[in-house]
Amino acid sequence: MATVIKPTTPGGPPAAKTYSAPTQFAPHPEGLIAGNHDLATLGDKIADVSIQVTPTPRAWWMFFLLGFTLLQGLVVGVGYLLYMGTGVWGINQPVAWGLAIVNFVWWIGIGHAGTLISAILLLMHQKWRTSLNRFAEAMTIFAVMCAGMFPLLHMGRPWLFYWLYPVPVNFGAWPQFRSPLCWDVFAVTTYFTVSLVFWYIGLVPDFAVLRDVARNRLQRTVYGMLSMGWRGSAIHWRRYEKLYLLLAGLGTPLVFSVHTIVSFDFAVSIVPLWHATIFPPFFVAGAIFAGFAMVIWLAVPLRQFYGMKDFITNKHMDLCAKVMLGTGLLVNYGYFCELWMSWYSHSIYEWDTTLQRIWYGPYAWAYWMLILTNGVIPQLLWVDKLRKNMVVLFFVALSVHIGMWFERYVIVITLSRDHLPSSWGRYAPTEWDYMLFAGTIGLFITLFSLFVRFVPMLSITEMRELLPTAQGGRDGHAVMENAK
Amino acid sequence: MTSTLDETPKVYGLLAEFGTADELVHATQSAAAKGFSRMDGYSPYPVGEVADALGFPRSEIGAIMFIGGLCGATFGFVMQYYLNGIDYPLNVGGKPMFSWPQFAPITWELLVLTASLSGVIGLFALCGLPQPNHPLFNVPQFARATRDRFFLCVEATDPQFDLTTTRDFLDTLKPLSVAEVPE
Repeated sequence: MATVIKPTTPGGPPAAKTYSAPTQFAPHPEGLIAGNHDLATLGDKIADVSIQVTPTPRAWWMFFLLGFTLLQGLVVGVGYLLYMGTGVWGINQPVAWGLAIVNFVWWIGIGHAGTLISAILLLMHQKWRTSLNRFAEAMTIFAVMCAGMFPLLHMGRPWLFYWLYPVPVNFGAWPQFRSPLCWDVFAVTTYFTVSLVFWYIGLVPDFAVLRDVARNRLQRTVYGMLSMGWRGSAIHWRRYEKLYLLLAGLGTPLVFSVHTIVSFDFAVSIVPLWHATIFPPFFVAGAIFAGFAMVIWLAVPLRQFYGMKDFITNKHMDLCAKVMLGTGLLVNYGYFCELWMSWYSHSIYEWDTTLQRIWYGPYAWAYWMLILTNGVIPQLLWVDKLRKNMVVLFFVALSVHIGMWFERYVIVITLSRDHLPSSWGRYAPTEWDYMLFAGTIGLFITLFSLFVRFVPMLSITEMRELLPTAQGGRDGHAVMENAK
Repeated sequence: MTSTLDETPKVYGLLAEFGTADELVHATQSAAAKGFSRMDGYSPYPVGEVADALGFPRSEIGAIMFIGGLCGATFGFVMQYYLNGIDYPLNVGGKPMFSWPQFAPITWELLVLTASLSGVIGLFALCGLPQPNHPLFNVPQFARATRDRFFLCVEATDPQFDLTTTRDFLDTLKPLSVAEVPE
């Protein structure tokens, strides 16, 4: 049994509870779990946050209040938008898409790393996914919620969104299924639903853990209901693992298809520099790049303020940084490919739009901002020492967030330079555009803060499996071997 | 209602507690070799060998998801062609009415959606969940099945079940405890 120090003395400050197994174990061979844990201490450390034994760090309140404040911007922004119409945004002809689509693609790209970590790395037997998948999946769900809001609001009359679905209504018209915009609706809805059930299925055994360690009736009831009465039967586990594996197997092509379809929104048009076959792979690489930046952003405070360094070790941060660097190179290859193809194609429209984009157009600064933040700054991660420095890593991730936002901005703003100079125009977002963007950031921070506080932020079940056999675990994630 | 108070309380089964996964695997194998068939293992994380020893080598989830996905994809494809090609023919850029490549994305998305949802519904339906209460929850130490203990429950419905002899058998497996599970 673990050493348990009773956490609080009435009136006094809460005593820090230590989580260490009574017997001393050898360090984890791959450096994936630090500290000295057995099944009980590992579960307690994660579960105690959800059942409110771990004192809530002051930083949590700061994050939550920041998010909640920004969230009010969303309320005001959406309220005014619905009252006035989309004219309050900076969109016009020819730039009819504007920030709404920039933010949509930015958010949905961030979401993709969650699926990548939980599904693709699972299929590839990467044990290090285990420490990251739960909060990365939460990130996916919240990011897709933020993303979905933009196209909905961009419709102008969002209450008619059901026209996008084949609902039998009396006007007798059907959606146009040959349009990428219609594909987008199905892709994003499916992505959100599947991510949600994948997340929930992973959570069911963890809710059962919380039910059994709950400190009061309310917790026991709520977590008990969420756990659906899970009791860890071997027969149930067998079905569970098979389902989990198959969901991962479906989730992997799903994530590729979703961002491919998002890129089709652009690539299927005939706008110069949009009409490119490089778009789908380039968009998917960009999504993973951005998503890992967000995983790093979320992991740093979890380590810092919730003391999760035992489970999200330096090794994990190093691996995330490497994936970010690798996908960043793919993205930069995409930038090169765009330039190369427009030159090599000998299309005057392609080449002139390229020159406008990178040299004499009004938004050339945005392109160079993109190259700086996405191309140059991430190269710092080649240096081993910098990858292990959390401050540097945090700022490189910030640079990637800015860069990926500018990437979509540069793409959307291409609308300002069409084939005909007579249809050229300019675009500037208004304060309502920015307020809505800030508002979705607020929504994301608020939801994520609440998630960290009330739901196990790391998968207790899978972390226990990851423990070496001597410590009570199964020495790694055995889903692949046992899923039958 | 006639009183049943004087009868012996009904028993769900006998629950043996183990400290490690390997002990549970060994115990389940021994019990299976002894001829017990109505039993189940409980563990904080999946231990595949237990399910193997229980004679449940393969779950039904794969078949369910395959059928679910197939239905969803077929429905999606037929729906798109029927709605855009027959019920309300829509000519887009002079493409043929049966422009099947353009129906592929939504067909695929619906395949994933229906396969996933049928898998999830299948899991809960087959496991009989949600089931908020279960006789096993009456045993106090069973709370540690989600913590650090591994349990084997031989159920009273097993033809070989007998309170005394089964308990004696379970004792030979060197469990940490053996408890009677009231119904």
